[in-house]
Amino acid sequence: MAMEIRLPVARQRLPESLDRDTQKHLVVPGDTITTDTGFMRGHGTYMGDEKLIASVAGSVERVNKLICVKALKTRYNGEVGDIVVGRITEVQQKRWKVETNSRLDSVLLLSSMNLPGGELRRRSAEDELAMRDFLREGDLISAEVQAVFSDGAVSLHTRSLKYGKLGQGVLVQVSPSLVKRQKTHFHDLPCGASVILGNNGFIWIYPTPEQREEEAGGFIANLEVPLSDREVISRLRNCIVSLVAQKMMLFDTSLLYCYEASLSHQIKDILKPEIMEEIVMETRQRLLEQEG
Amino acid sequence: MMFVKLVVNVRRCSCYPESFRQQRIGTQEDLRVDGRGCEDYRCAEVETDVVSNTSGSARVKLGHTDILVGVKAEMGTPKWERPDEGYLEFFVDCSANATPEFEGRGGDDLGTEIANTLYRIFNNKGSIDLTSLCISPREHCWILYVDVLLLECGGNLFDAISIAVKAALFNTSIPKVRVLEDEEGSKDIELSDDPYDCIRLNVENVPCIITLSKIGYRHVVDATLQEEACSLASLLVSVTSKGVLTCLRKVGKGSLDPESIFEMMETGKRVGKVLHASLQTILQKEENLGPKRQKVGFLG
Repeated sequence: MAMEIRLPVARQRLPESLDRDTQKHLVVPGDTITTDTGFMRGHGTYMGDEKLIASVAGSVERVNKLICVKALKTRYNGEVGDIVVGRITEVQQKRWKVETNSRLDSVLLLSSMNLPGGELRRRSAEDELAMRDFLREGDLISAEVQAVFSDGAVSLHTRSLKYGKLGQGVLVQVSPSLVKRQKTHFHDLPCGASVILGNNGFIWIYPTPEQREEEAGGFIANLEVPLSDREVISRLRNCIVSLVAQKMMLFDTSLLYCYEASLSHQIKDILKPEIMEEIVMETRQRLLEQEG
Repeated sequence: MMFVKLVVNVRRCSCYPESFRQQRIGTQEDLRVDGRGCEDYRCAEVETDVVSNTSGSARVKLGHTDILVGVKAEMGTPKWERPDEGYLEFFVDCSANATPEFEGRGGDDLGTEIANTLYRIFNNKGSIDLTSLCISPREHCWILYVDVLLLECGGNLFDAISIAVKAALFNTSIPKVRVLEDEEGSKDIELSDDPYDCIRLNVENVPCIITLSKIGYRHVVDATLQEEACSLASLLVSVTSKGVLTCLRKVGKGSLDPESIFEMMETGKRVGKVLHASLQTILQKEENLGPKRQKVGFLG
């Protein structure tokens, strides 16, 4: 039993040498990006007084003649092919409404969902009535974005054996801009846990399933999780929280390096400010070494 | 040891119709999601004297919970039934910054509930010496207006608020006044010229609230927002630094077994003593740094 109370310490800016060579052009709303009128305006900018002004806080991205500002903290904007982790909020007639941290609830149509056993057939009225048996309110699922509607709402599908309802694990919610886009978002980390890095900022950590038997699309819920697995998962969760607090990109390598750097500390100590900084600094160093 | 874990379970959630419900299964291991034990608090930060135009103020950050308390001492007339004592008035403002549910009048209910709890825990002779707040019986006394502002809501509000109130009362300095009596018998109150000539309150017996939330078969201290969502019943225990209980209150729609209430009370007393000891040490340390200490305030 411990209670640590401390006096606050002003946060220090990171030394410039640790930043990458290409300095990011960071702006806040109202900052002038450029006075050159030859550029096209992208998202996050507007024209005022012959100048291009930023309307969100983030980094300026330039592609040839297009300037846009990519916001640091934003809602998830769906793109086709993204992996998301979402929570079912409503069960409607032929669809489920899924909360994915975007501006509108995402939609999972009954026809986009795999039936248990992997059968392929037309969905009948009985399937519609049995919808709540597959997924009910409060369930977590992993899915892929199939299409984006004109209003920005996202349509999901779980038409693969690796997607479906999620069993036991821990969910961490971060900003979507911190999840790096990669080839695969399902990682089996060597430390003993698996992680799904959803593009919408929902990160799911779960114990690695032992055998990959014939998967029924994720309807099995394993109930008993041993203590060693739980410790690994808690440690990973704390590592993610510390990486996010220091605004580092999340991908499998950074997660793994952070986990290894944290092994010398107790799990609950990782969230202390000074230990968090130390661990993330070490992770940053290793990533820089690996790159260059 | 107890591990409380997020579980999305296939069949067991059928009894709860709300959308964002997560059920935790507690086993006999002592490991919460963030690695803490059942009786561990999150790392807390306390800073006093952050608001310059109050008699005393404190800011407490417990994880994501951020509380600001300001104490203003004003002169007034004592209450009828207690003519030789001053008194405390509590007001809790749940700001809309804390969570969108507090927008408009959404935070009023929670604010009144917290204020009523604060009145109850201070409603005894031992907590604070109210006779020291009296200037002249039946005529003048000091009224301490304690204003609590919720800046951010991250679970475990009551604990953080009581810690902040204690720190703010510790920081409060009330100017010394003298009552001068004329020949005709009219009284005049004279304030001392020196702005640093003031009396400090003795906060040794000011209680702190420990919230014990029941999750599964065990109870945890300092629940985060997710843990609070999973807990059906909680016990608020108000403990002084000597381990004396001043108030007990049950919140939540679930039920508590009398056996578990006894266990929770014992845990509350144990944890409360540790909490008071840590708080006292840090307040003393801050005091010893003197007026030249670096104030972090809100822009750090």
